Amino acid sequence: MKNNTDLGKFGTYGGRYVPETLIPALEDLDKWYRRLKVDKSFQRELSGLLINFAGRPTPLYYANNLSRHLGGPRIYLKREDLLHSGAHKINNTLGQVLIAKKVGKTRIIAETGAGQHGVATSIASAVFDLKSEIYMGAKDVERQQLNVFRMNLLNSKVHSVHSGSKTLKDAINEALRDWIANVQNTHYLIGSVMGPHPFPTMVRDFQSVIGKEIKEQVHKLTGKLPDAVIACVGGGSNAIGSFYPFVNDKKVKLIGVEAGGKGIRTGFHAATLSKGRIGIFHGMKSYFLQDENGQISEAHSISAGLDYPGIGPEHANLRDTDRASYPYVTDKEAVKAFIQLSKLEGIIPALESAHAIAYIIKNAKNFKKDETVVVTVSGRGDKDLQIVRECISGSEVGIEKNMQAKGIGLEDGE
Amino acid sequence: MENNVTRTFKNLEHKNEKALIGYIVGGYPTLELSRGIIEQLILSGVDIIEIGVPFSDPMADGPIIQDAFTKTLNCGIAPKDCLNLVKSIRERHKETPLLLMTYSNILYSNGLEKFLTQSKNCAIDGFIVPDLNFEEADDYLKITTKLGLSTVFLTSPNTSTQRLRKIAVSSTGFVYMVSVFGITGSRNKFEKYTFESVSRSKSIVSSYGKQLAVGFGISNAQDGKKMIESGADGIIVGTSLIKIITNNEHDQSKMMSELDIFVKELKAICKVPN
Repeated sequence: MKNNTDLGKFGTYGGRYVPETLIPALEDLDKWYRRLKVDKSFQRELSGLLINFAGRPTPLYYANNLSRHLGGPRIYLKREDLLHSGAHKINNTLGQVLIAKKVGKTRIIAETGAGQHGVATSIASAVFDLKSEIYMGAKDVERQQLNVFRMNLLNSKVHSVHSGSKTLKDAINEALRDWIANVQNTHYLIGSVMGPHPFPTMVRDFQSVIGKEIKEQVHKLTGKLPDAVIACVGGGSNAIGSFYPFVNDKKVKLIGVEAGGKGIRTGFHAATLSKGRIGIFHGMKSYFLQDENGQISEAHSISAGLDYPGIGPEHANLRDTDRASYPYVTDKEAVKAFIQLSKLEGIIPALESAHAIAYIIKNAKNFKKDETVVVTVSGRGDKDLQIVRECISGSEVGIEKNMQAKGIGLEDGE
Repeated sequence: MENNVTRTFKNLEHKNEKALIGYIVGGYPTLELSRGIIEQLILSGVDIIEIGVPFSDPMADGPIIQDAFTKTLNCGIAPKDCLNLVKSIRERHKETPLLLMTYSNILYSNGLEKFLTQSKNCAIDGFIVPDLNFEEADDYLKITTKLGLSTVFLTSPNTSTQRLRKIAVSSTGFVYMVSVFGITGSRNKFEKYTFESVSRSKSIVSSYGKQLAVGFGISNAQDGKKMIESGADGIIVGTSLIKIITNNEHDQSKMMSELDIFVKELKAICKVPN
């Protein structure tokens, strides 16, 4: 795989497309990151935090009931939902805050959609006694009051962003503007494998702990590699973290599941690799949902964490080189998977992760009975209880009616 | 190679003047009115016109330009409207440099070569792309060179000397110095680092025979004067013009007279006494 790390290129994707003011900071960050990546004491400190504070390694759980219910394959769940903060995001925030501290930055900023990355940033900043400020779209602030309170409790200031679509992409724009103005003392803690180099590489490395553990755990259980690894994709951090250690194991199928929203023909979706075009946005070259003139479109997904009109550049390259595939599932399928996993396995997944679960539920028949499939459960579903509750009124018919009333499309994916 | 931009700077130098560069948003508040505004700016003394192509997510711009973009996009203005705007201005102003300021995605979304060729056909002189750096600009430089379009790269107070040399070499129009750490929009006051950076940058840029124009945050003649005293070959105003336009959206004659007064004040300080 061609991977020019000097400029952060994945094939022709990635790179560094930002105002000149940010270039010195990105070069500096890149330099520091290269140094710390091979620094034993840094790695020891980070791994100590991941073990003792965040709760790594996370279990790989054999989902017996789900596997039986579907009639095979053998489905294993990678339990990132059991991490402190309830999602994989903390793997990255602890790493980046540790770097910021070493570099001497005194202030952390971050964007957040539903609030998971904001919460994980606030937690990591609290550990290192750094000031943190979180940018969040005004619509998301409205929808996720409890996470706003959680961030405040953790000593973060939350800025409500009123420009543009008032969601995640606008929160990123505003965080970038803040960074341009305060680049000398501030670290921008990007939450996914996106943005200008070195972020896609650095965030991937921090999240790769997921895939490394999967590899070891599956090997211990079966003596082999898994046949497939499945994860949901918004920006794509839990997916690249799950995939990366397997990229050179060509027999392992890598499947990233995008959010099909109300259906990809409706325009209300976040299926960037199905419907996007190549472009340059948020500092990187990748695929983006955009109109015929190059104006960035709004994304839609029932899960705020997948509600982003772009995708990390490494995924764009994995797709173009046919190393990974990127199907989508709809809001409706994700809600059903959310309910099904809760009932069958006693695990309430985040709506984001429910997209990956929905994929295996739909496609179980395409796998052999004795094949081993790993699905990453990137986060827990507590934050989504309210929205799913509004969808449920006891009966299956009720669910559909309520979803329709909530504006959730009833279209099935392909 | 001589082009409208370098020729303009040379003519100004003969007259002992610095360049006044004005930025407006293409199609704002309407296509027709933005044509009239450009005519007014040229008449009042603006030497170089920058036309901002509205973009959905302008990360280097402050709220005033963002709002103008949003309103313009809501009216359905597309990049091709900005190209046609330039084409119509060009009929009356053969030598006034007309530059497009646009984010990368507008250039690349439908094919870089296609967009640049269309621009050339509409008599655009060159481009300012705030999120494009020389490292990522190989294709862009190849095509703009082939088509004879001017390139303007940006520099910032924290840009290293080594980078600034490359920026100067890559810029065939002028070098655009961002005066502050921050986005577009007026400042109450500039700090010392701005003026020091202008002097330092000017000496590097001029050693390559290029001009340095300073923008971001200049809102009055005093600020502009200080930039020129620090060594700027030109000053760029944008947000202040957009403010005048927005405030007088429904009173065109007042809009034009306020633009005229503002531009004349700024142009006056661009005329450096011997």
